Amino acid sequence: MNTKQTMLLAVGTKKGLWLGTSTDRQAWTFTGPHFLMHEIPSIGIDTRDGKTRILVGVRSEHWGPTVVHSDDLGATWSEPESGAIVFPPDTDAALARVWQLQPDTQDRPGVVWAGAEPISLWRSDDGGSHFELNRGLWDHPHRTEWAEGYGGGAIHSVLPSPTEDTIHVAMSTGGVYRSDDGGASWIPRNVGISAGFDPDPSPEFGQCVHKIARDAQEPHRLFAQNHGGVYRSDDNADTWVSIAEGLPADFGFVMLAHPRRSNTAWVIPIKADVERIPPEAKLAVHRSDDAGGTWTRLDVGLPESEYNVVLRDAAAVDTAEPVGVYFGTRGGSVYASANEGTEFTEVLSHLPDVLCVRAAVVVA
Amino acid sequence: MVIPGPLQPFAGDAPVLEVDVEGPVSVRELLDVMGHEYRVFNRRIRDERGVVRRYVNLYVAGQDVRQLGGLDAMVQPGDEVLIIASVAGG
Repeated sequence: MNTKQTMLLAVGTKKGLWLGTSTDRQAWTFTGPHFLMHEIPSIGIDTRDGKTRILVGVRSEHWGPTVVHSDDLGATWSEPESGAIVFPPDTDAALARVWQLQPDTQDRPGVVWAGAEPISLWRSDDGGSHFELNRGLWDHPHRTEWAEGYGGGAIHSVLPSPTEDTIHVAMSTGGVYRSDDGGASWIPRNVGISAGFDPDPSPEFGQCVHKIARDAQEPHRLFAQNHGGVYRSDDNADTWVSIAEGLPADFGFVMLAHPRRSNTAWVIPIKADVERIPPEAKLAVHRSDDAGGTWTRLDVGLPESEYNVVLRDAAAVDTAEPVGVYFGTRGGSVYASANEGTEFTEVLSHLPDVLCVRAAVVVA
Repeated sequence: MVIPGPLQPFAGDAPVLEVDVEGPVSVRELLDVMGHEYRVFNRRIRDERGVVRRYVNLYVAGQDVRQLGGLDAMVQPGDEVLIIASVAGG
């Protein structure tokens, strides 16, 4: 990491947002809680065009959900008066929670995607100030058959392709869908992904895919952490193959891909659907450098015993060299690694449940 | 209208607002008047369908509007309208 660079680490919890900065990824200075007593399920850090905008999904149990943004690293926040995400009247729907805020690629400045509950996809062309409902997915004939998982029904992964008009989304429950025309139309892409909770273990759609990530160099290669199963696709999600062998468990929520290097991904296994703790209560990250062929256990600096899990968006990578890995637990601990997970340091502790973690090199 | 602390920044920073309307009006009409001036406040109270949020309670002259016909409940001139966050959360 360049000594003049500043790393921003954003931690969204069940009761507020913490923001940390560091110039060496060893010593961190945190502010917070921002939005005390508000749930922060989604964070997007947009660093395109040499500027930094932090987008945050905020939700109050009493006062509802909204999206705010800051252009000064959290010193001040702006909220559009009419709301950034508002369901059109004809939908007879109301926003419940924003699960994902994903800036598009460098070639599409200003475009930001949002995944929300109820299951819906949104696109902004003004940097996240106002979003428009994606009608192609909202009007999809499958929508009435998508269902809610325990945490609610939402699109939680949005992966715009850097090379074409392809977008992949994943939802719980519904599975993976792909658009090849910029979001106008969508097709389910779940062949090979199991649905162990369904009488039909291999339906066309309805899987509870927990998180997907795209390979940095091969846009048609994707990784998926499923509700039981870890998978890779080499054909743009047309088919998926298991890459769970070598992991202590195939359940989990997290899936991260390296921002530059091909074939590198991280997962954080959980023992099982019905036993949601780290395997043997020993928290560990696992990294593959060969697209899931083999996995390396990474637990240096992590606690001897841990019964809390890591949720789907409570983990992130940065873009520094070497890549940093960050995650937070439902027990309120946040761990950071400046060397791809080889060693971790606890940088925050005793927070509320960590729901979302994001990190980015920013202009301070 | 009595505004709870968390919403006062979105309603003129005032704990109590006097709403100038003619004659008896429904709670919905009252909120529409308020919401026109304070849009973020309105979104905190009601979702985009106009439904009062689940854990927001409205009282007119001391009575819960959910027991008075909901947003069709009438507010008489001089009535006090209370907005109170219900007991929720952990």
